[in-house]
Amino acid sequence: MADLTKELHTECMTLQMGPSHPAMHGTVKMIVDIDGEEIHSVKPEVGYLHRGFEKMCENSTYHQVIPFTDRLNYVSPFINNVGYAMAVEKLLGIEVPERCKYLRVLACEISRISDHLTCLGASGMELAAFSVLLYSIEAREWMWELVEALSGARLTTTWARIGGVAYDMPDGFERKAREELEKVKRLVEDMRGLLEKNRIFYDRMRGTGVLEANDCLAYGVTGPCLRAAGVYYDVRKAKPYLVYDRLDFEVPLGKSGDNYDKFVVRVLEIYQSIRIIEQALEQIPAGPIAVDDPKITLPPKQEVYTSIGALVHHFNIIVKGIRPPKGEAYFAVEGGNGELGFYVVSDGSDKPWKCRCRGPCFPIVQAVPKMLEGAMVADVVPTFGMVNMIGGEMDR
Amino acid sequence: MAEKNPTIKKLLAKFGGQIEVVASPFDKMDTVRVKRESILDVCMFLRTEDDLDYDLMRDLTCVDYIHEKPRFEVVYHLYSIYNGHEIRLKVRLEERDPTIDTVTSVWVGANWYEREVYDFYGIRFNNHPDLRRILLYPEFVGHPLRKDYPIDREQPLFEERKETKGVR
Repeated sequence: MADLTKELHTECMTLQMGPSHPAMHGTVKMIVDIDGEEIHSVKPEVGYLHRGFEKMCENSTYHQVIPFTDRLNYVSPFINNVGYAMAVEKLLGIEVPERCKYLRVLACEISRISDHLTCLGASGMELAAFSVLLYSIEAREWMWELVEALSGARLTTTWARIGGVAYDMPDGFERKAREELEKVKRLVEDMRGLLEKNRIFYDRMRGTGVLEANDCLAYGVTGPCLRAAGVYYDVRKAKPYLVYDRLDFEVPLGKSGDNYDKFVVRVLEIYQSIRIIEQALEQIPAGPIAVDDPKITLPPKQEVYTSIGALVHHFNIIVKGIRPPKGEAYFAVEGGNGELGFYVVSDGSDKPWKCRCRGPCFPIVQAVPKMLEGAMVADVVPTFGMVNMIGGEMDR
Repeated sequence: MAEKNPTIKKLLAKFGGQIEVVASPFDKMDTVRVKRESILDVCMFLRTEDDLDYDLMRDLTCVDYIHEKPRFEVVYHLYSIYNGHEIRLKVRLEERDPTIDTVTSVWVGANWYEREVYDFYGIRFNNHPDLRRILLYPEFVGHPLRKDYPIDREQPLFEERKETKGVR
């Protein structure tokens, strides 16, 4: 009989996960050095989705940049649209009308819900809970119906405009939104029921992928990952923009910063977003949806076709663009995964001199090796699921 | 106005001639221009001084002012969670010597941001632990976000890599 007490000879091997691996959402490669099942080191490799966002921005007019921002975080495009538009509005020194602010809040929160739902569903599926994915995709579908009702598109919305938004809510939107939010609530309840006390899920999430508060801050991690570690930082509360200071909502916090806490924080944030949407629908005032300045906002299409003045303004904005004064502005919004900042520098011409996007995923992926220190190969999957990396935003 | 801010006051008291307060009229963020030699000291001071505590490295980027001298401007956005303060630091770099000290010893997270700035602007960070390209591939020629890099320039083809282990 073989002597089982004798130590086996093992050696380190390199495992390349990605760039197209079912558990690597988007395209990213992890070079994992493993000894048996234990991880020695993880090296994330990024850049597979790089498409020169900043270079394109520098060669387009301010309005032409908006479609590019859709493609940053393609799960919650509204938030990117709004973040960019508000950074440019800072440069122009304009304030959008009340109704527009509420519409933007509404859209951002719808996007946040769909972002979190995608993250939860996909991570559930990767841990073999396939029905969770079906539930979350169903709920996301309803959210995307609202997105479609607002902007006419499901993914590439291009809905915010500098100085306003493109379209108002359609008739019956309020009723529809309330109905669908109820359905989403029910589905999220079901998802929680399936996962929260599920032995397999709990064991694989609890205590894995831990990133403590001081590490989070050192790496620049924001959003649900930071809040799961117990740090109270949400841009909506720290520097309230739009009308977030008038709305009543809470910021869920975790304690240990592991995957389970990140999961719970995301689930609770969905409820808070639903609360925000309900309040916004109640409070939204009537009025214009864009600033009344033909030098900045595109006139409504109807007028472009019927009046010469609007046609001229439309032509001017499309061909000559808008010219913010020389200067710079940094503006941050709370994206699905954390702080989404835009740093726009103007040289007084019609094109941004510099348009930098500070996406939340970039520092979070940088912190992945820290989260996986001394873990097992199987922990890569839930950890990476809860990081919720969005390639378009990280690689720009 | 800005001098009333405790951060700026402390910085001026400590570094005096090394820094200069500049106005940022649009987003009203406290902005400080720092001399290249003292960036590490200033960052360390902002991070470690008790009641400043700028613990969150928000962003690090670079702007290429090709018609001005010095040409490059490295921009740091910092935030203090506990005080809710934000500050922007700026450092100007000459075109013929675009090097600056790394701040990875202050915030670990600066690592990738600095690699990105190196990748796109060719700014070299002294003492950086791992200064390689990050979003582009190692065979890429030039630094594409410099203003003298034309948007339609084509890159040369390169030989297939034999060794794929940890190339990028």
